[in-house]
Amino acid sequence: MGTSERPPPRPGDTGGGNVAVLVEEDRISVAPQWKLMWWRFRKHKVAVSAGFVIAAFYLVALLANFFAYSDPDDSRPAQSFIPPSPIQWFAEDGTFGPYVHPLVGERDFETFKKVWEADETVSIPIQLFARGYEYKLLGLFDTDIHLIGVPEGYESESTIFLLGTDNFGRDIFSRLVLATRTSLTIGLVGVFLSLVLGVTLGGISGYYGGVPDSIIQRIIEILRSVPVIPLWLGIAAALPLTWSPTRIYFSITIIISLIGWTTLGREVRGRFLQLRHEDFIMAARLCGARDGRIIRVHMVPLLTSHIIAATTLAVPLMIIAETSLSFLGLGLRPPAISWGVMLQDAQNVQTVAQAIWMLIPVAPVILAVLAFNFLGDGVRDAADPYGG
Amino acid sequence: MTGPGGGASPTSDHGSSNILEVRNLKKHFPIRVGFANRVKGHVRAVDGISFDVRQGETLALVGESGSGKTTAVRCLVRALDPTAGEIRFHTETGKWIDLSDLSRRELRPLRPQMQMVFQDPRSSLNPRMTVLDIIGEPLLLNGMNNRNDRIDRVEELLRLVRLRPEYMRRFPHAFSGGQRQRIGIARALALNPRLVIADEPVSALDVSVQAQTLNLLLELQEELGLTYIFVAHDLSVVKHISDRVAVMYVGKIVEIGERDQVFFNPKHPYTAALLNAVPRTDPRASRTRIPLRGEVADPADPPSGCYFHPRCAYAIERCGTETPVAEVVDGERRVECLRVAELELPGVTTG
Ligand SMILES: Nc1ncnc2c1ncn2[C@@H]1O[C@H](COP(=O)(O)OP(=O)(O)OP(=O)(O)O)[C@@H](O)[C@H]1O
Ligand code: SF4
Ligand SMILES: [Mg+2]
Repeated sequence: MGTSERPPPRPGDTGGGNVAVLVEEDRISVAPQWKLMWWRFRKHKVAVSAGFVIAAFYLVALLANFFAYSDPDDSRPAQSFIPPSPIQWFAEDGTFGPYVHPLVGERDFETFKKVWEADETVSIPIQLFARGYEYKLLGLFDTDIHLIGVPEGYESESTIFLLGTDNFGRDIFSRLVLATRTSLTIGLVGVFLSLVLGVTLGGISGYYGGVPDSIIQRIIEILRSVPVIPLWLGIAAALPLTWSPTRIYFSITIIISLIGWTTLGREVRGRFLQLRHEDFIMAARLCGARDGRIIRVHMVPLLTSHIIAATTLAVPLMIIAETSLSFLGLGLRPPAISWGVMLQDAQNVQTVAQAIWMLIPVAPVILAVLAFNFLGDGVRDAADPYGG
Repeated sequence: MTGPGGGASPTSDHGSSNILEVRNLKKHFPIRVGFANRVKGHVRAVDGISFDVRQGETLALVGESGSGKTTAVRCLVRALDPTAGEIRFHTETGKWIDLSDLSRRELRPLRPQMQMVFQDPRSSLNPRMTVLDIIGEPLLLNGMNNRNDRIDRVEELLRLVRLRPEYMRRFPHAFSGGQRQRIGIARALALNPRLVIADEPVSALDVSVQAQTLNLLLELQEELGLTYIFVAHDLSVVKHISDRVAVMYVGKIVEIGERDQVFFNPKHPYTAALLNAVPRTDPRASRTRIPLRGEVADPADPPSGCYFHPRCAYAIERCGTETPVAEVVDGERRVECLRVAELELPGVTTG
């Protein structure tokens, strides 16, 4: 009889089924879509881990100066190219506790390279929540507390070199932490603007069709044919020279977002076109729903997951754009600190040969981009398990 | 030219009163091409159909896929704007209103009286809304602002369509196709409509629940005094539930009349061909499409003369040049065939 019907959970009909299954079925039946999505997402282990990685990245970005221990702009030519020097955990006398030995540099007269040796007679303990250079916590409170540091009487700028120093003798770890903040945030406003433009214009295009659709589609085609790099150079040249590099870059990302919305705009238009013909939209209209309600209640909620996924996938593009443009000297410039700027310092072969650790900023770039891509894929799969 | 009573003539030459009178309804979709969206021609999806719907009856609209049934009924509820014609609706208050050129705002107060049940129960319910919100939406939009009132009414409606009221907090994904269709029916009934238009309401359902759903519709008609326009491409379904039958072919109604007359004594060769294709014994086969010689004509480029002539077993030379007009036979049957007077066609045989 009625058994060949697709049988999703129907607790009422299960007869003497077991209680645990019943409860589970009920939970799924009354779960809103976002909850189902979350349950599916949770099963996606890689995406979940990627989510944690991204959360960690932004925590670092938020508290960058707290995690840094040396003033990132403090250059000391005398201590350039110090190789990474890890923290020591066990002293010779058997006591336990993190400490570092001070480094002494000596010129090797055969290679003319400076060789750094640890002075093992002196141990400087590493402290948590130590005092260091002054900064504004969260941009609000003046403080000089850092996650790690050295006791009073020493300065971390000349003692701790977790990831070594660059050609100006600045601490790479501290600079990397500050670069993380810049690289992960500077494009976000642009991404957000693209998002708003894409959803609004794509939505209008798909919902109303006809003349507005034709106009918006032509605009998209024109914008898509604009080559981005020359445009970038043009805008950079047009902006006032008195602006700081960060401000110029920020302005450019905002202008570029006026182009960047087209991909999302097309996607949203496609979804709206498709949704417009769904019967439940017609049903809503037949019982008197107006356009505003149809868009708000019946269309946009079905798109949110896609919008979230599209945004998550747009962020890594923004990171790569910053890194590669700055590396080429077209994006951020010193004194701004970003991953791209740091890599630009490592641009010449001699530097790389002498101080390979200056390439360390490549690692967070790759990690962040991968994490965002995995997260975006996970969100998309969870939003739309059947693909498409 | 617009407005209540415009050109309406409640002439009922048959005693029972009409709820809807459709006259010469047309819907042509422009075919656009190229960069500038130039109009190259028209798909004549509905090409001048006229019929009446009587209070309390079930009028079946049948025809092969692509004959324009969906387009026609969507024009009736003004989900599409008709190209031409009149849709005269007899309102609750006894007035005749031509729906064909009302604005959306003017239509809104009339909406509750005319509701629709859709074909595909997967597409007809918003997956992000609970059953309560789905069935409650028409109530909310028509002034029932108190949530508890809505809950009470939704409970009542769910009982009406034989679903458990406890299910109202669930989302559509928790229901089977048949159950979802019942939810769709409950939504259509929420505002106490007088006319319910069902566009192939069972053809997407499993065979085993088709009969159940049809019976539910019949019971509801009895209980609530509803009038149905029932679209189907399956004559075995129609035979079961209709009072009168209109047969559509390429945007035209080629024959319309009482069910028994149409079934046992068809007057149009197309009707006869459809009937011939109805399987009588094996209920499973009723899902198969009607095998008719040749392809349905293209409504963008219909044949000359009688649209059916390339497929008609009785076609003569005249059929390729002359366009048939509707002729009244046996009192109130209308047939569009040039040879209606001379042909003797086989109908279904009882048994
Ligand atoms: N929006 C549209 N634009 C252009 N042509 C359309 C549109 N909607 C329908 N048509 C065409 O109109 C004709 C009638 O379609 P319609 O959907 O009304 O047929 P139908 O009888 O309901 O068929 P089915 O049994 O497949 O549902 C078809 O040829 C179809 O291609
Ligand atoms: S008019 Fe001619 S072709 Fe058309 S249905 Fe009648 S007999 Fe057949
Ligand atoms: Mg149809």
